[in-house]
Formats: sequence, C-alpha cells, structure tokens
Amino acid sequence: MKAAHRNRLKLAVRLAAATLITLLFLFPIYWLFMISFKTPDEIFSYPPKWWPAQLQFSSYAVLFRDGDATTVLNSLIVAGTSTVLAMFIGTLCAYSIARFRTGGDNLANWIISQRMVPPIAVVFPIFLLYVWLGLVDTFPGLILLYTAFNLPYVIWMMRGYILDIPIALEEAALVDGYTRWQMLWKVVFPMSRAGLFATAIFTFVFAWNEFLFALVLTRTEVTTYTVQVTHYFGGQSNFWSKISAMSVLGTLPIFIIVGFMQRYLVRGFSLGAVKG
Amino acid sequence: MSDLKITALHKYYGEVHAVKGVDLEIPAGEFTVLVGQSGCGKSTLLRTIAGLETADAGTIEIGGEVVNDHAPRDRDIAMVFQNYALYPYMKVYENIAFGLRARRTPRAEIDAKVRKAAQMLAIDHLLERYPRQLSGGQLQRVAIGRAVVRNARLYLFDEPLSNLDAQLRDEMRGEIKRLHQDLGKTMIYVTHDQIEAMTMADRIVLLREGRIEQQGAPLDLYERPATRYVAGFLGSPTMNFIDASLERGNDALNVRLCDGTSLALPMARTAKLAGREGQRVVLGVRPEHMSRALAGDTRSGLVRYEARIDLVQPTGARTYATFRMGDTEAVAELLAHDVSQPGERIGLAIDMNRVILIDPGSDAVIG
Repeated sequence: MKAAHRNRLKLAVRLAAATLITLLFLFPIYWLFMISFKTPDEIFSYPPKWWPAQLQFSSYAVLFRDGDATTVLNSLIVAGTSTVLAMFIGTLCAYSIARFRTGGDNLANWIISQRMVPPIAVVFPIFLLYVWLGLVDTFPGLILLYTAFNLPYVIWMMRGYILDIPIALEEAALVDGYTRWQMLWKVVFPMSRAGLFATAIFTFVFAWNEFLFALVLTRTEVTTYTVQVTHYFGGQSNFWSKISAMSVLGTLPIFIIVGFMQRYLVRGFSLGAVKG
Repeated sequence: MSDLKITALHKYYGEVHAVKGVDLEIPAGEFTVLVGQSGCGKSTLLRTIAGLETADAGTIEIGGEVVNDHAPRDRDIAMVFQNYALYPYMKVYENIAFGLRARRTPRAEIDAKVRKAAQMLAIDHLLERYPRQLSGGQLQRVAIGRAVVRNARLYLFDEPLSNLDAQLRDEMRGEIKRLHQDLGKTMIYVTHDQIEAMTMADRIVLLREGRIEQQGAPLDLYERPATRYVAGFLGSPTMNFIDASLERGNDALNVRLCDGTSLALPMARTAKLAGREGQRVVLGVRPEHMSRALAGDTRSGLVRYEARIDLVQPTGARTYATFRMGDTEAVAELLAHDVSQPGERIGLAIDMNRVILIDPGSDAVIG
C-alpha cells in the first residue's frame, strides 16, 4: 500500500516536470503564432499581451496578396524535389557500398566527411560556377545543390540501415527468381522503411531550413521562405507581424510532416543509434 | 542423368582458399549431405552452386547446362536458409507465394500450390499470420514451404535445423527426409552435424579444408572410412584411436599396444597387411565393437582385453565406460549393467573383424 502510494507520487512529480519542460519549449512557438495575429500596438505593448484582443489575419492577407507566400511554395518545391532525388540516389549508393563493398573500407568515411565541409567555404566558388552555368536563381540550380549537399548524409544513414538487413533475406529473393532491382523494391526498401522515412525527414528539414545557399544563389525567381523572411528586417524598422506570419507559414509544413511520420522518426533515431 | 555436376571447382575469399578443387556428380533424385566441421567449405560450396558466390575456377552444371555465369534466379534452384529468411512484413501466405509471384504464376495456381504445400507441412492454419507470431519450428516449415512450391530442379538446404532445439530437430529431420521421398527431387543439404548426415543422406560428401575427404552411402563411410579423419568424424561416441605396432604372431598378425598387450587379427585381414610387419600403426576401434567378455564365447575374431574402468556414464540402454588402453583413453559402449562403478576390472571382448588400422604417416586406412 505504501509502495503503491510512493509510486503514484513519483509519477505525479515526473508528469509535472514533463509538463513544465514542454511548456517552456512551446512558449516561443506560442509567442511566434500570437505575434502574427496581433496588431502592431499589441506587439509592442507593455506589459505584454498574452492573447490578442481580436485575432488579426491581415498579416497573412498581405503576404498572399503581395505574392510573398509563394516563397513557401518555392521552398516546398526545392526541398521536396531535392529530398526525393537525394533519397533515391543516396539509397542506391548506400546499397552499393554496403553490399558490394564499393570503394573498399574507406569510401563511406570519405563520403560522410564531405558533409563536414562548412557551407560558407564553398558557397562562393559555387556561385561563380553557377553564374557560368546559368543556374543562378533557377529551380534546377538550387535543387541540384541541395541534393548534392544531402547525399553524404543519406548515404551514411542508409548504409547503416541496409547493413542491418539480414543478407539471407536478399539472397532468398534472388534465388526465388527476382532480379536485384526487383529485390530492392520487394525486400530492401520495405525492410528499411523506418530508416528511409527518418532519413527523408532529416533531409527535407535541412533543405527546408537552408538559408546561406539560398541567399547567395537566388534573386527573385526562386526565393525560398527563409530568404524572404530577411526582407522584412528593414533599415528603419522591422515588420514583426510579417516576420512572424511568414515564419508561421514556414513552420506549418514541418509540423504536418513530422506529425504524420512521428512513429518512423522515433524508430529511426533508435535504429541509427545501434549502427551508423 | 545427373542434376548437378561440379568439375574442379575453386573458390577464394581474398587470401583464403575456401574450396580447393571439388569434383562432384549428383544423380537425379538423390539426397546428398555435405558435411564437415565449420570452415570446411561446405556452405561456400552450396552458395557457389546457388550462384550467391561466383566460382573462381571450374564449372558447375545443373541439368546438363553450365551455369557459372547464370544469376541465381536462372539456375532453377530453391533454397532453405539457416535463419529461415522469412519476410517479417509479409504474412505466411505471401512468404510462401513469394517465389511464385516472381515468375508471374497465375493467381489461382499460386493459391492452389501454396495451400497444398501448407497442408503437406501442416501449417495451413497459419497462413494468415505474420512470421513474428510463429515458433521456430513453424518458421522453418514456412521456409521449407517456400522452397517446395517452387518445383525447382535442385533444392538446397543450408543448415536449416541448427537453430531448433534438439527434439524439434529430430522431428524436422524425419519430415525433410519424408518430403524428399514424396517429391523425389534432388536435394543437397549442408550440416555440421554427423547424425543429421547419417540419418538423412542417400550419400554423404564429407568435406575437410576445402576438399572432399570421402563420399559414399552413410554406412559405407561409417564402416569403411578411407582416412582417420572420416573414421573419427562419423560416430558418437567417436572411434578410439590407439597407437600400436604390427608384429608377426604364431600364425597371424598381431596388433601390439604399448602396454605390451597383443591383439590377434583374424586371418582374413592379414593378406592386405602383408609386408607391414614391424611397422607402427594406429588401431581404430568403435566403442560399440567392444563388449563385456563372456565365458565360453567362441565367436571368431573376438579377443580379450583386461580393462580397469575409470569412468562410467550410463545413458539408459547403453553405458559408456572409459578406461586406459595402451597410451590413450578409450571408450567402450557396453550394455546398461555391464559395469557399475569406476575402479572395476572387467574383461572386454574386442571384435577384431571390425577394427581398422591406420598408417600414422599418411592417416590413410590400410586395413
């Protein structure tokens, strides 16, 4: 009886702590959302207003009217396409390295080392290259760059997941009449599904949040939302309501994606922890 | 007509020479067991036949066609793996149908074949389950079912029972053998377990360090081993090997142990050993060829050996008695009550018709 009581108390303390921490982390996001619904006066009022007197959608209306909101669509196109490409090419590379020992023992290490290059070190050479190739401010340009930048990560992660698949599962399919290509679809992809989703999410999030390359390599045609947000930081004043509304628009897709794929994400973390 | 013919096959893993020139011909419908210790190349040989490894030299013919350059799927083989190799995301039904789907078999035919195979293996009530819901024995049945539905020319088994517990292993052993009798297909079965090899095989191929040490019917190998290795590998408890020398006795050859005992060989066996008098030999005696000596037993070829028993291990019907013979420990397989406690001195009758003599230099059996 006493032990049960103590356990109950323990649980209550834990729950309280978890709630407190969650609130702490959620607060900035709550504040971001609230700012986007406030009038300018409310934004700067002191003491701060926790809840706007009336929900204002005017900031959003302006973003859509001026076409600023399309930058979210640009981000979606660039991040989505480059994720699909990086996942497809990267998984095939990873399979080759894992199963055929392509490149011997060190290729995988070399590949992941490419990911450690600071973007700032390469962005200007790439800019000059892109000017020459005519790829500045184009979708293909940005997609190509994000794909290349994400490939090492995809290869490294997927190699780990593929090595975790018992090789007999693949061999059984080859003996049973499948080509290696068919076998990839029938065995390797289903077996590494959790890893595929988890890796894809991280890849997408990287491309989604990327700022430096987008800033240097785009002008007006394919501006991504991260670059667009900076346009609201003016010399005289900052357009806080636009900044917050744009940030909300940029955050929502991530919320939606992560919400849908949460269970893969959690499994992906633990799988990656075992082998990488 | 042979289903499988292997000629001068070599396989390297980097520096390791895993298969060193194997020649093997397996007649249609035969159940062949490749047996040997781990690292002897038996699994490599099987995987090379399957096309999961490439041969570095030599040819592999399946059904009269050289298949060295064929992908596994073009070799008309089905294979059962040690760890079942079932797909965790497919139900049992789909796992069994997997190979048929690859070959675009009509839906109705797949259904009929899957249900027939499932019935044969007594897993027809499990078709809608996932592999994780099955026991080890059931998993192995599903894995066998997936091979059986295929109607392949050659069936390969890679240590399929080594993950099962002892009782289940006995049961499945019988079942695979019955399956072979019913289907009449050519099967090649890899194991390290000599009991599996003895009980299941039409023909045993005993491999050692990448070469075939000896092949033949199980009892052939058991009774007429070509080398000391074969003699020692088959049989449990293992054959006793005692250093000795050959000497001329009154009218026949004697085997003289280092403790001074002389054991007379039957006349029938002396001809083959002519000219070897005085040479060192190793005497090979199976435990079951020693029995408690009975007064008045006049069967020819029995010689008496006085033994002081050091260790008694009853197994039920039989009792294993350990004693010193010459300069080694020997084990005799006696009747249950032939010996009751260590320290006992008993007379053993050794059946000299059944012993083998080995040349200690070459390890070859010479008589």
